[in-house]
Amino acid sequence: MEAFITGLGNISPQNTLDNTKFLEEIVDYPSAFLKSIDPNYKDFVGPILIRRMSHIIKMGVAAGMTALKDAQVEQPDAIITGTGLGCIEDTENFLGAIIENNERLLTPTPFIQSTHNTISAQIALLLKCNNYNSTYVHRGFSFETALLDAMLQIDEGTCNSVLVGGVDEITQNTFKITERLGLWKKGAISTINLLNYKTKGSITGEGASFFVLSDKNNGNAYAKIKGLKTFYKPENNAAIQENIENFLEANSLNANDIDLVVLGYNGDIRFDGAYDYVKETIFSKSNISYFKNLCGEYHTAGAFALWVAAKAIKNQEIPKAISIRKTDKSEIKNVLIYNHYLNINHSLTLLSKC
Amino acid sequence: MSERVFITGLGMISACGNNVKEVLESILALKTGIADINYLSSVHKNAIPVCEVKLSNEQLGKVAEVENVQNFTRSALLGIIAAKEALKSASIENVNELRTGLISATTVGGMDRSENFYNSFFNDKESGKLIDIVNHDCGDSTERIADALGIKEFVTTISTACSSSANSIMFGARLIKNNILDRVVVGGTDALTRFTLNGFNSLMILDPTGCKPFDENRAGLTIGEGSGFIVIESEKAIKASGKKVYCELTGYGNACDAFHQTASSPDGNGAFLAMEKALKLSGLKADEIDYINVHGTGTSNNDLSEGIAIDRIFSGNVPKFSSTKPFTGHTLGATGGIEAVLSILAIENGIVYPNLRFTEQMKELNFKPNTELITHCEVNHVLSNSFGFGGNNSSLIFSKC
Repeated sequence: MEAFITGLGNISPQNTLDNTKFLEEIVDYPSAFLKSIDPNYKDFVGPILIRRMSHIIKMGVAAGMTALKDAQVEQPDAIITGTGLGCIEDTENFLGAIIENNERLLTPTPFIQSTHNTISAQIALLLKCNNYNSTYVHRGFSFETALLDAMLQIDEGTCNSVLVGGVDEITQNTFKITERLGLWKKGAISTINLLNYKTKGSITGEGASFFVLSDKNNGNAYAKIKGLKTFYKPENNAAIQENIENFLEANSLNANDIDLVVLGYNGDIRFDGAYDYVKETIFSKSNISYFKNLCGEYHTAGAFALWVAAKAIKNQEIPKAISIRKTDKSEIKNVLIYNHYLNINHSLTLLSKC
Repeated sequence: MSERVFITGLGMISACGNNVKEVLESILALKTGIADINYLSSVHKNAIPVCEVKLSNEQLGKVAEVENVQNFTRSALLGIIAAKEALKSASIENVNELRTGLISATTVGGMDRSENFYNSFFNDKESGKLIDIVNHDCGDSTERIADALGIKEFVTTISTACSSSANSIMFGARLIKNNILDRVVVGGTDALTRFTLNGFNSLMILDPTGCKPFDENRAGLTIGEGSGFIVIESEKAIKASGKKVYCELTGYGNACDAFHQTASSPDGNGAFLAMEKALKLSGLKADEIDYINVHGTGTSNNDLSEGIAIDRIFSGNVPKFSSTKPFTGHTLGATGGIEAVLSILAIENGIVYPNLRFTEQMKELNFKPNTELITHCEVNHVLSNSFGFGGNNSSLIFSKC
């Protein structure tokens, strides 16, 4: 299983949409709620269409189009999206209308756009693309299974290029609800220094990170993805270690071959233990970085991590803002992303220099 | 990619019955599941008929054998019941003996509970019981099923509107063919909710008298709930176990209509492409298909578009076909799973289902659905269609082996 990343399109709480740059200016947020930095969406979609689109659809479409342009692909052979909560703004709008109007005289538009597959569908509609189209909606596996599907499409030889992305939006309501569930840090903080607090609660964010995967290097590929593995509810750190070691072995690598490990640290002391463990045991000699101090924690944050890994390989650079441990390894050849969502959905993604 | 994929287990629950046997018996007795709303709290009670599973959540909890039923959404309970039945029928006792995955599909996830939460929450942001919202997302019901089954190796969820389950079956088959898994429990689950009932009602596509698919006077769909799962296994796995095989999944195809967010194209292009891809993969000629379990929702738009696509694929020589939605209702994310089970039962028992409630042929088509229950016939290859919002169209082909 191998596919080249030939296009990127990333809308996030950082300035990430310009593919010529790599985290040159970092935005530090004063609270646990990181909103995306939005481009002028009219540059991507016509004014009539854009008016009807909710924020998540706009982010997804603009990030998707940017990735396709970057890869110089007009019609991908498949469009695959992962989203944890889908079109939550339209869902809330329709739910609110049902309650307010007591189930009478409802406008269908928010219902129509509330389905989780709307982003993949809207991209296909704009491209008039009749090819394979799917959407994965499983918490911290949403993006990773979309990526696995995309890798298989390339591997099966049915696709030369696939557009794949992870996208999630937060609304004031979902922020409030998840805050009540105790997921986020309270009060004023500096998000860039996420790991300094050593308290309960993370920070949340949103974004759309899209990629074009290709069967061939177009000469300008960022990196190649060599493997992907998801695992569910591991019992303990030993089980996590076993999964990582088996994964490396299946890819004919050992821990010393991994130059950079991108870990999903989210600053919540209840969930960061697994990362501490692998950092100090399996990967005690690798460069270590994280990323959620830039994008926040959300179901498809793993897509932001893939963007970080691809850029780090292409630029041969680990930006200071995300570096946790710098070693004297001179080259970034192999990168492993290890991320988990609430210690339930764990994933490993292996990338290599082209 | 030469690996074949076999079906070894079936499970379902719908308005027609609480397990495979009951649903099949209802259909053979020509009993529809369409009835007035009983359990769902809605102002449309007694006005819009639905296909509701005839058990309360407490009763479902008992069938599903779960503790603390109040912590489960209705979608999760329905899913656990059907998935457990599928696993049992595949005679799988130790799921971790082989690399076993679960791919579920759903459109609304835990919306049945979120509706209750938001009722309070919209008035006061500090109110609403959190237990009603923590299971909102689509992954929740899947993880509940995975935990009930003990599956750990691979777990995910697909949501492509009304083709969700067909895509979960397709993805499961590909994971087997790519030697990532040995067997997979695939299908989907969706409970009836005010969200979807009112959503389709706002689009004015709910037939107030119950759905009449492929009928000239059809006036919309009947929304239903339920769950359907099948167990698929690799050739290697079934050779090792020597277990009973129902049939083989020989074809699948996924295409996007890319015409409109909700409406199907007038030429049925997405549907045509999905069926064409499935046929190509199966290596079958169109005239080898004995029966089509059509998507056939009963909306003006779907049935016309699907009818035209079928006419194109079969070059006017259309095999027997019917929509089973007048029995089960349109169960949204579960529909591909339930109809996969029905398609497999058609092969297993040599049956072609009647398209209940049909009276008058559509003017635009020169063919009509099968209206009689046909038994003791040879059914070798069945095509099952599932089409959804967003133009997400998928077709599956099941073949006798």
